Amino acid sequence: MTTNAVSRPSAAREHEETILRYTFAERVNHWLGAISYTYLLVTGLAFWSPYLYWLAAVVGGGPTARFWHPWFGLIFTASLFWTFKEWRHDMKIDDADRAWGKAIPDYVRNEDDKLPPVGRFNFGQKLFFWGIFYGVILLLLSGVALWYTETLPWSLRFVRYAAILVHASVALITIGLFLIHVYMSAILEEGSFGSMIHGYVTRAWAWTFHRTWYYDVTGKPRPRPSLPKQ
Amino acid sequence: MSQAATELIRISGHAGVVPGKGLNREFQVCKLVDTTTCIGCKACEVACLEWNGYTFSETSFDNSYQTMPETAWNYWNLIKFNEHERADGSMMLLMRKDQCMHCADPGCLAACPADAAIVQYANGIVDFQEANCIGCGYCMTGCPFNIPKFDPPSRKVFKCTLCNDRVSVGLEPACIKACPTGCLHFGTKSEMKELAETRAAQLRDNSGFQDAGVYDPAGVGGTHVIYVLHDAKNPELYGGLPRDPQIPWSVRFWKGPLKWLGNLAMAGGIVGMALHYMRFGPKKEEPIPPDALPKGERQDDGRRL
Repeated sequence: MTTNAVSRPSAAREHEETILRYTFAERVNHWLGAISYTYLLVTGLAFWSPYLYWLAAVVGGGPTARFWHPWFGLIFTASLFWTFKEWRHDMKIDDADRAWGKAIPDYVRNEDDKLPPVGRFNFGQKLFFWGIFYGVILLLLSGVALWYTETLPWSLRFVRYAAILVHASVALITIGLFLIHVYMSAILEEGSFGSMIHGYVTRAWAWTFHRTWYYDVTGKPRPRPSLPKQ
Repeated sequence: MSQAATELIRISGHAGVVPGKGLNREFQVCKLVDTTTCIGCKACEVACLEWNGYTFSETSFDNSYQTMPETAWNYWNLIKFNEHERADGSMMLLMRKDQCMHCADPGCLAACPADAAIVQYANGIVDFQEANCIGCGYCMTGCPFNIPKFDPPSRKVFKCTLCNDRVSVGLEPACIKACPTGCLHFGTKSEMKELAETRAAQLRDNSGFQDAGVYDPAGVGGTHVIYVLHDAKNPELYGGLPRDPQIPWSVRFWKGPLKWLGNLAMAGGIVGMALHYMRFGPKKEEPIPPDALPKGERQDDGRRL
């Protein structure tokens, strides 16, 4: 993260050299989801391992953590469903994404100039979104069974058995996605973190990482037939 | 028998040996329920409520002697009745005192995430410490006998304590004390096992119950409540006693391989990302080349604003 990662672009140059990447509503929703997920992560890890049970003490003790965990789950679900409503078109996976996906080793090596141009979200971001979205659906279903586990009759005990496995396994997958997301957006890719605070990215950022989107939103002429290699 | 707490192993300022240290006593306690001599009087239910300070719950009527369908958070001991029709057409009223089995390998304890909410004493008693219970209900998932019960107002789970408070001061559990027929016995595990086997042999040899036997299921490491059944080959007849109770495999998988897999993946992921950053460093934006800008527009240095 650079020192000015979060500093807001000056108003005078805002229109000239920056692009609004996330609206105010998108940013608020993102942080609502981030805070609720963090709470779920802390309390969930407390229930996951005796060696992490102290985390429950940090948020008010085991019974309190158990009481609030499902409610924060509902907040996170609401946040994700709103994101789905707003972004589901941006998140459609197309041929450009599949081409980009094949070049992921270049992306990992930070050789971004070798990657095919992508729109507002790249293939990795789309996989992250769908992973979290479907994960939340499974966590919600299994979570309800765990929330009111005492109401399940003995004859339906297999629901409990399935719920504990699904909830833990899917939570682990979302933790993997979450770690990658935090690393990439807050540490790896300079300019990303600030864009989720103040909403803006530089034109060069957009051109470098989301070239198709850059041309779409700026209306700049697209070089033909393809973008020159750097 | 059960006073493990009174056996000394070290004494301050004491010259010489510690009296009684290293004595090979047996502390494993056991409750024996002989279903063949139970008359279904429910005295054990009353004694349990009295000793533990609970009042009678509302009863239901289902055209049988069954007072209520199953145990409750404040009703730990319940006789399960089954009007069983035998192969020869005769009727048998099977009665089994249902309560916590105090497994040697307790599924409730395996599933519990709260520090010290469930403990297992050296004498075999598995006890819930409600002060530490967080009310998650995982013990209900881990138990193969449907014993732990949730109390919504207190958000705690309760079950039979095997009268740990009585046993620890040398008394027998309240249910045993109240039993008028002597179908309930309390002693060491080996004594009770022996008594149960003797009784089962008696039933096989003298009473025509060829399948009589002792219920002490190995799937949960044996239990500290054992039954003598007329028909040990069909324990289900006795109010749904499971044939081969086990801790559910999903609980075992969740608390075993999945835990290690998950911990390894989380730690590996964090280390991997740190290594990635050290090897490849941050992703930086590149300046936009002139041909990506309209003619005449100033070159954007693309770096800082």
